[in-house]
Amino acid sequence: SFINADFNIFRYHVAVMCLENIMERVIVSMQDPDMGMKMRNQRLLITVIPHAMTGRDIVDWLIQKYTITEEEALHIGNFLVKYGYIYPLKEPRNLCLKQDETPYRFQTPYYWTSTRWPASELDYAIYLAKKNIRKQGELIEYEKECYNALHKRINHTWDFVVMQAREQLRASKQRRKADRIVLECQEQAYWLINRPPPGVMDILEQGPDRRNVANTRVQLVSGQMLAIFVKYCEQYQDHDPIMQGCLPSNPWITDDIMYWNMNSETVTMPTKLRVERWSFSFMELLNDPLGRKELLTYLEKEFSAENLCFWQACEEVRHGEASKIAAKVDEVYKQFLAPGASRWVNIDSKTMEKTLEGIKHPHRFVLDDAQMHIYFLMKKDSYPRYLKSELYKNLLAKAIVPQETKKSVFPFMRRQRHSSPSPALVTQTAEDNGKAKPSAAKANAGTASQI
Amino acid sequence: MYPSIHPSIHLSTLTSISSSPVIIYVHLAVQQLQTLCFLANFPLAKMAAQEVQPSETIAKLKSESEALKTKLEEERAKLHDVELHQVAEKVDPLGQFVMKTRRTLKGHGNKVLCMDWCKDKRRIVSSSQDGKVIVWDAFTTNKEHAVTMPCTWVMACAYAPSGCAVACGGLDNKCSVYPLSLDKNENLAAKKKSVAMHTNYLSACSFTNSDMQILTSSGDGTCALWDVESGQLLQSFHGHAADVLCLDLAPSETGNTFVSGGCDKKANVWDMRSGQCIQSFETHESDINSVRYYPSGDAFASGSDDATCRLYDLRADREVAIYSKESIIFGASSVDFSLSGRLLFGGYNDYTINVWDVLKGTRVSILFGHENRVSTLRVSPDGTAFCSGSWDHTLRVRE
Repeated sequence: SFINADFNIFRYHVAVMCLENIMERVIVSMQDPDMGMKMRNQRLLITVIPHAMTGRDIVDWLIQKYTITEEEALHIGNFLVKYGYIYPLKEPRNLCLKQDETPYRFQTPYYWTSTRWPASELDYAIYLAKKNIRKQGELIEYEKECYNALHKRINHTWDFVVMQAREQLRASKQRRKADRIVLECQEQAYWLINRPPPGVMDILEQGPDRRNVANTRVQLVSGQMLAIFVKYCEQYQDHDPIMQGCLPSNPWITDDIMYWNMNSETVTMPTKLRVERWSFSFMELLNDPLGRKELLTYLEKEFSAENLCFWQACEEVRHGEASKIAAKVDEVYKQFLAPGASRWVNIDSKTMEKTLEGIKHPHRFVLDDAQMHIYFLMKKDSYPRYLKSELYKNLLAKAIVPQETKKSVFPFMRRQRHSSPSPALVTQTAEDNGKAKPSAAKANAGTASQI
Repeated sequence: MYPSIHPSIHLSTLTSISSSPVIIYVHLAVQQLQTLCFLANFPLAKMAAQEVQPSETIAKLKSESEALKTKLEEERAKLHDVELHQVAEKVDPLGQFVMKTRRTLKGHGNKVLCMDWCKDKRRIVSSSQDGKVIVWDAFTTNKEHAVTMPCTWVMACAYAPSGCAVACGGLDNKCSVYPLSLDKNENLAAKKKSVAMHTNYLSACSFTNSDMQILTSSGDGTCALWDVESGQLLQSFHGHAADVLCLDLAPSETGNTFVSGGCDKKANVWDMRSGQCIQSFETHESDINSVRYYPSGDAFASGSDDATCRLYDLRADREVAIYSKESIIFGASSVDFSLSGRLLFGGYNDYTINVWDVLKGTRVSILFGHENRVSTLRVSPDGTAFCSGSWDHTLRVRE
């Protein structure tokens, strides 16, 4: 079970590795002999620590190397400190990057989060024991609590812990003062990150464990294929409120909900942009309930309204409750497919034959082929004619172009943010009034009966 | 009885303090680390095994990788292979964007993990680590409903198309649907319907075109389609080799496919009717946290722990753009497109939101403000704003 526990930790560790590998790349760049940071000696009281750098130098280097703003460089630099790749020489408990003469040093790879994760309890015990021995009472409150808890938990190896602590302290006394200070700083920085004091955000928190795998087709793509994206973006640019704004105004900016009111489902006269959008694709027309209504009006004139009704009925079968499929399919058959049906749809004989056969054992997708046939029929035939029709052209001509409303500069004149009835309320009221609950497909297709 | 090697000695061999810093790459094969864990009860043994020779010099590795890159580009040019940004060279560049926080939603007591918009364009549902699911009118910032789940880490939530219910789940391995009641006295939990059952955590959920079907993805490596009314499993989707973290439904005419992303670094496109994986993309270098279709349905974007977002063209069957920058170190947790598909918003684990020009591949803007990871991000249904949720307990609506 020891093996399994460690293996699970390792598997999880693979996910963490990616972030650290990317950070390591940055750190390695920073230490590049040619293009890396200029380091200098730093005086700490009477000791000189080599290979240090200032916070200002770090920020400047990041700005220059990645062509980013000071704000972004400081943001990144802070993470390098918070994740323990760089540590401050003065004020070691304050793990943040200051953009001034504050000295910092690179953490030794031995203590990188990627190499020494997860931190071992035994190592932490040794570290705390060293602190305790070195100076009685040097442990701060939460460290004392951890120390006592560890003493209880791994009591069986406590002799070893104390022996190791003593050995390490003895060895460190034999070092030069500069080396000793650096080693202590490095170790302390490591533990501040892996055992953060209460109240400090645990930077290493990752969320629930994930299982990973520790791991190509060469396809060609021509410029022509990618041109569709350029075309789509161009076509929709004026309709993109974040990019171009919207008229009369964006409700989130001006607190005025006119834009939503003017574009609601039940509006009598739609906006010009909205009607224009119906000409972009058949899907756009169908996805807009108002557009669908207009299309139905047009199809009625052409005596082919049953196509749209059939399509919608099929949607309801596909997206409705499993328990109602058989009944719905039966309804569809009676209304649209049976010989002599009141709203008979004109499907090719092959598809019709297949569909009628399938209906004997109805399932969710049994009407798919027939639905697709009618969909493409409408798309290729009725839709282009609708766009050329007087009905559409007149609507487009009459459609509204809203006036712009600006956000009020004066706070006391700012609009009140009005609440709107919850969609749940609309349903509830309908239910209370004994009406049938709006079909679940309402948001998309609308019920056959409403049309 | 105890080994006499002291850790301090190893420290000195690995770090010469008086000479210039030596960068040591510690590459450990899977086998080696496993063996280490097996053998080593003592940290000392681990340290001893890690006393690795310094690997090849950086300079040599650098020049090798540069040579490979050039060769690859040469080969591609020969075949007239292009990327999206090359095709978009003639497109006008975007100007400066000013996007401010217009609403801040405060009320969650812990990390916000997921959010979804209602079709009414102003309401949202959000879920958090402490088990709370809240429905807000984001426009007024009023909380309208709140549910406490019986589990923590509610990683998935979704608004029903009708606006009458929400779905959510997480460490309980389930997806439950709560009809939204306006009776203040009614406990929403009373009418809760348990729909999906997985064998590991629920990572994402989405209603299909109606309130009656839910699509889920899970840490058990599968996705599944469920009938809400009966809780019946309609279809399951097997193919990921590890946890599935995200999914998105295709806005296509036939409405039959969806894409999922997982810890196996793969993005898979599935046929909802047959359960088959019809396309698979594997170019990311780490977990895929988020997938989202381009508005036309011809492509989808992904965000990954490898600090990049990528665009995959479904007809060309390959990656056509990478959105990355050397200064972006942290993983992207959540992505979504603006209405026209020109902008890609990415929420990242370094608390920022990067805004990308989808066509040109450049970064348009970087947005600060959150004080912890951005965990979830969605553009509103009419594209007037986008909302981000964060581990800092808040949600922000920005335009």
